[in-house]
Amino acid sequence: MLEAPNILEYPYTRSTGPVIGRFMTELRDGPRLLGATLLDGRVAVPPTEYDPATGAAVDADAMVEVGPAGVVTTWSWVATPRPEHPLDHPFAWALVRLDGADTAMLHAVDGVAEGDMKTGLRVTARFAEERVGSIRDLACFVAEGS
Amino acid sequence: MSEPVTVIDTPMRLDYRFTPGRAQSRFLHGMGEGKLLGQRCPQCGSVYLPPRGSCAKCGVATDEEVELPDTGTVTTFCVVNVPFYGQKLKIPYVSATILIDGADIGLMHLIQECEASDVHMGMRVQAKWLPEGDRGPTMESIEYFRPTGEADAPTESYEEHV
Amino acid sequence: MRDVAVVSFAEAPSARARDDANEVEILLPVVDEAIKRSGIGRKEIDFTCSGSCDYLAGAPFAFVSGLDAVGAWPPIRESHVEMDGAWAMYEAWVRMQHGDVDTALVYGFGKSSLGDLPHVLTLQLDPYYVAPLWPDAIDTAALQARAWLEAGHDEREMAEVVARSRAAAASNSNAQLAGSPTVDELLAEPYLANPLRRHDCPPVSDGAAAVVLAAGDKAREVCERPAWIRGIDHRIEAPALGGRDLTVSASSRKAGEEAGVDGVDVAELHAPFSHQEPILRDALGLGDDVDVNPSGGALAANVMMAAGLVRIGEVAKRITDGTAGRGVAHATSGACLQQNLVCVMEGD
Repeated sequence: MLEAPNILEYPYTRSTGPVIGRFMTELRDGPRLLGATLLDGRVAVPPTEYDPATGAAVDADAMVEVGPAGVVTTWSWVATPRPEHPLDHPFAWALVRLDGADTAMLHAVDGVAEGDMKTGLRVTARFAEERVGSIRDLACFVAEGS
Repeated sequence: MSEPVTVIDTPMRLDYRFTPGRAQSRFLHGMGEGKLLGQRCPQCGSVYLPPRGSCAKCGVATDEEVELPDTGTVTTFCVVNVPFYGQKLKIPYVSATILIDGADIGLMHLIQECEASDVHMGMRVQAKWLPEGDRGPTMESIEYFRPTGEADAPTESYEEHV
Repeated sequence: MRDVAVVSFAEAPSARARDDANEVEILLPVVDEAIKRSGIGRKEIDFTCSGSCDYLAGAPFAFVSGLDAVGAWPPIRESHVEMDGAWAMYEAWVRMQHGDVDTALVYGFGKSSLGDLPHVLTLQLDPYYVAPLWPDAIDTAALQARAWLEAGHDEREMAEVVARSRAAAASNSNAQLAGSPTVDELLAEPYLANPLRRHDCPPVSDGAAAVVLAAGDKAREVCERPAWIRGIDHRIEAPALGGRDLTVSASSRKAGEEAGVDGVDVAELHAPFSHQEPILRDALGLGDDVDVNPSGGALAANVMMAAGLVRIGEVAKRITDGTAGRGVAHATSGACLQQNLVCVMEGD
């Protein structure tokens, strides 16, 4: 039977709206993390252009600073990272609820062994040295105080 | 302070395997042997080249293999003037649908050895194969099709397949 | 609501990699069998709807070639969803409510073996905030599994689901993974993505499935005991994984309420990951007396774009052969049970 490689590769770019744009801008320049204030007063991180519950447009001018520290609400382990992953050695994925936020964001946690990872762990953001306006400007989270 | 972010880069790459399956594998192996192998529908008799394992009209398996000649009629064509990344041919070049004698669907390939402006519907063409040792299980075993110089095929012989 | 029933079901044996055939060659005998078993002639089918996904093969318009298995000449009424075939069936059911269409062919198919499926599914995630980090489908399921474990469950429950599924699959000739591992043997295996072990995840499967629907009198004419669709509904949750409670399936609960799940004898739940079965049982309010996943479920065979339709077919089959009186089939799509369809069927 015949077989051939088939590679799908695209240099996609995506335009941001006012909310995501502001989040990326302040992440690049601050660096600081922002959340969106929803209609019911909850703070959504990462901030979306529209409120998932009501569909109302989120006010890009009413975004609030959150973090840079927060708490792990769930996690999983990556024993063999893929080349695309944020880290090239074993690490944890986690949902992190930043201080001041009501929702959690997905990112990597570095420097905590598999046996030490736990829900409730306090972590803090480590930002990339060179930032371009991408979620990867947030390089990863590390244990608070480490 | 730079401009606010309005666009993010999100490149992606996914690696796949492509497996042509039974019918197309037979066709490709045939190309390697310098043959055009189609399949015939047991219900309506339509001959497919390249074959797909089933008849698009009847929805039944097309197990009967049919070897076809490498001559045919141009049913439609297009003159390409736009360069693209990785292109090997000189522009303008002609890409055509060729109804191989005995087939009921057209085969797409290139037309060379004539001016682009000479190509027309009804033109009779024949395959120029790569030397035997250079052929493989690929459409590129045929380098291109070239005019035979014969009189045009009568319209009735291909108008149902345009 | 117009009475519509599933009158036949067929599927290809699921396999890790069907390198010997392309999608059409896998699908054709399945469509053929579903049509033959239905008692309805191929040219009598009023509407055709399919579910598939271009990203499985990495080729655009991959579903168009699927029509070669159907015989779309003269031109047919046809539609397609870039979803599991269960949603194609939902569209066919909706279409039949208009009253001018009495029969429908529905199918789903795919060859996930052609790519790195968990990696491909990363592209379902938020393109701004999540996909650029490339967590794959197993990573996100693992996040949900841990949250569920910490909500008062343990890994033993997951292993029990796997053991039961593998044992049930032994009597399903189309299933891919069958066997009789013990719970302790399963728990002794290493983690693949803590807290998921390899067996807590679905197999990668190539295959296809099809059902034929018929309305009212037409269904009664061709089928002695049609599986009547008494309720069908689907709901979706917001995509942000950190914005919803991953330990419950609110959309399944809502879809189940709308479809009317009470009183079922059998349930086929599309739970590709072991921890998702108890989440779904809970969401649909299924008691211990309900026979869950007698086919082995998605842990035994998981043809992307068909596994949900297979759940519907497996319930319909058991109603038609008299094994069950009333059953529920569930299908899922997206990361961590983001979107869910519930279909309740019943025999006369």
